[in-house]
Amino acid sequence: MKPFGLTATALSVVALSATAAAARDQIQIAGSSTVLPYATIVAEAFGENTDFPTPVVESGGSSAGLKKFCEGVGENTVDIANASRPIKESEIEACTANGVTDIMEVRIGYDGIVFANQSSGPDFAFTPADWFNALSAKVVKDGAIVDNTAANWNEVNPELPEQAILAFVPGTKHGTREVFEEKVILAGCEESGAMEVFAAEMGDEDKAEEACMTLRTDGKSVDIDGDYTETLARIESDPNGIGVFGLSFYENNTDKLKVATMSGVTPSTETIASGEYPVSRPLFFYVKKAHIGEIPGLKEYAEFFVADELAGPEGPLAQYGLVADPELASVQEAVANETTLSE
Amino acid sequence: MTDIPMSSEAQPRSNSLLSQDARTRKRNATEKRFRMYGVIAIGIAMAALVILLTSIVSDGAGAFRQSYLSIPVALDAETLDPNGNRDPAEMSKVLTLSYGKVLDKAVETAVADSGIAIEGLTSSDTSNLISKEASAQLRNHVLANPEQVGQTVDFNVLVNGRVDGYFKGRVSMESAARDANTSPQQLQLADALKEQGELVTRFNWNFITNPDASDQRPEAAGVGVAIIGSAYMMLVVLFLAVPIGVAASIYLEEFAPQNRWTDMIEVNISNLAAVPSIVFGILGLAAFINFVGLPQSAPIVGGLVLTLMTLPTIIISTRAALKSVPPSIRDAALGVGASKMQSIFHHVLPLAMPGILTGTIIGLAQALGETAPLLLIGMVAFVREFPAAPPEGLWDPASALPVQVYNWTQRADPAFIERASGAIIVLLIFLFCMNLLAIFLRRRFERRW
Repeated sequence: MKPFGLTATALSVVALSATAAAARDQIQIAGSSTVLPYATIVAEAFGENTDFPTPVVESGGSSAGLKKFCEGVGENTVDIANASRPIKESEIEACTANGVTDIMEVRIGYDGIVFANQSSGPDFAFTPADWFNALSAKVVKDGAIVDNTAANWNEVNPELPEQAILAFVPGTKHGTREVFEEKVILAGCEESGAMEVFAAEMGDEDKAEEACMTLRTDGKSVDIDGDYTETLARIESDPNGIGVFGLSFYENNTDKLKVATMSGVTPSTETIASGEYPVSRPLFFYVKKAHIGEIPGLKEYAEFFVADELAGPEGPLAQYGLVADPELASVQEAVANETTLSE
Repeated sequence: MTDIPMSSEAQPRSNSLLSQDARTRKRNATEKRFRMYGVIAIGIAMAALVILLTSIVSDGAGAFRQSYLSIPVALDAETLDPNGNRDPAEMSKVLTLSYGKVLDKAVETAVADSGIAIEGLTSSDTSNLISKEASAQLRNHVLANPEQVGQTVDFNVLVNGRVDGYFKGRVSMESAARDANTSPQQLQLADALKEQGELVTRFNWNFITNPDASDQRPEAAGVGVAIIGSAYMMLVVLFLAVPIGVAASIYLEEFAPQNRWTDMIEVNISNLAAVPSIVFGILGLAAFINFVGLPQSAPIVGGLVLTLMTLPTIIISTRAALKSVPPSIRDAALGVGASKMQSIFHHVLPLAMPGILTGTIIGLAQALGETAPLLLIGMVAFVREFPAAPPEGLWDPASALPVQVYNWTQRADPAFIERASGAIIVLLIFLFCMNLLAIFLRRRFERRW
């Protein structure tokens, strides 16, 4: 029975070495694909400038990352979750249920969400109300709630070009989708006065909000579940398409994309930092405090990330498109003190 | 056949071989049509292959060539060694960002010295000419040779991805005018430097040997870690799947009784071969990471998952190879007094070996190209540290070739598209070599009866 003996030996070797090589010496990170480029820039610099190994950074979306993060404490769980939205109450509960109690929240800066079409296309100057009237499933016409039938942008707002409505918006697994719904569609709903009509009709504010944020499903609004590269490819193949991008992605592809203004403001790191450009959101990463001291370099990495040299307005992250946090000093202090969410 | 005399008055018979009747003509025409369909089918397949290969090669060939700039760098003692002790431990406190400033100055001086004057050239155009990787390269060099601080050293640094793309035809003057990350002036400067011979585009070994790089330096990214990760996983698959698969098939084929149980096992193996690979990833996450406690992103877990995925392929092809050995060989061995075990190991197995090897290699090649199961076990990640030598290295995080392709296609910088196609070329070369080996082994050891 020679082959069986061989297999048994091979298996026992695997089992033996599994127990031998247990200690992990590099940081494991998972989460948002929006934060990924910043995290890789920091991870690379961290590996180059310190004696710690370069952290391993996975992507896959904020929700997927936080789910992995909350799986438990121990060497085979991730140490840090990147997120393009704050952690939800339900996720904190899931964490607590699995023994992940002390979570440090670190805000690294702000990211703008921009709207862009092909660089050869017409110029667009949007307001949130335009987006609501173009993409919402139900709109208000002459005081009555009707199905959205707008086919061209100039039907929504006569000042917009006569171009068929075709929007590529992030899919629901992306953190960007929530920001888009909240800061563009919902804001537009309120701005256009449709919110009041919805609320009066449904008698409930929450239901009205939900009605505002329900996008039409007749093919004018296309969910993109992949990354911004997919949105870019869709826009390149369809001259009518308008896509939702992160500011840093747009800044890396300015030769192919033309950015639209929102409420008259052109998106840039400056206009987002000053708050003039309305569609922006904070970016975070979450650190498992129980792993500090267990995984070498974990706290150093968190401190390195928010150091002025990296996350400051002159640092490489700002160069890549991150809007530096004006309150970076207090973030640095919180990281140094290992302040957790519950404190 | 023209020498058969044909008398003019004799009517050719209807069943003559020389003149075809209607039915024969129809049958021949059908055959001709069928052959034509075959040729068309092959033609379509070949055209698809040619289109695929040309698009990959034309996109990816650029990754194997890279532009470098040689500049003298004055290693400013005050910035790089503020304490003046030339002690590498103290000097390591100086971050790459300071080295970046030293390099910016060096490039500006080099451009000023070269006497190139371009209207509208800004200082950021000049300093952005070189890759951000250069500061890390310089820092490592200085920490290794601290005595050189204060001197001027000649350096060969990578050129920024946009400028490099200009020499590869990816970036044009028109697109540069619209691009926030480069400018026509910068490209003119690069052209002038190239004419002077300071800037050269040459073969890029670093693409094979370097690890992945962050989004800011696509020009420095390579497939080194991915190749090692893939190789480690293949090792694990080879050491686990082959013995287990061959043992299982010998038992099932030669020893197992024919009953309901073995029938069920057989059906299950055939089913497993058709299970989508992502299912094995889910299993791997649950069994190897959450239950056994193996580390994330490690080639050992990837290898185990791929082993499960490859086993059915190996078992099916091994059983087919064993079945194709004629029973007369077994009968002859048993007839001269060999035990069943001896007849199998001395006679049947060696004769089935070419088939087993071919099946194994095809199974391995299939495993090499797999991404989906690796997604769930954390191998689709940004990994820059090379894993240690095996066996310990099997527990270190690593990436894999198909994963690297997947990762790079999602990056914002267009230079990564070229890298992704380059990685596809590397992957195809590996697959090609493995398939070639399979064909070679089959030809070399095949026995016909």
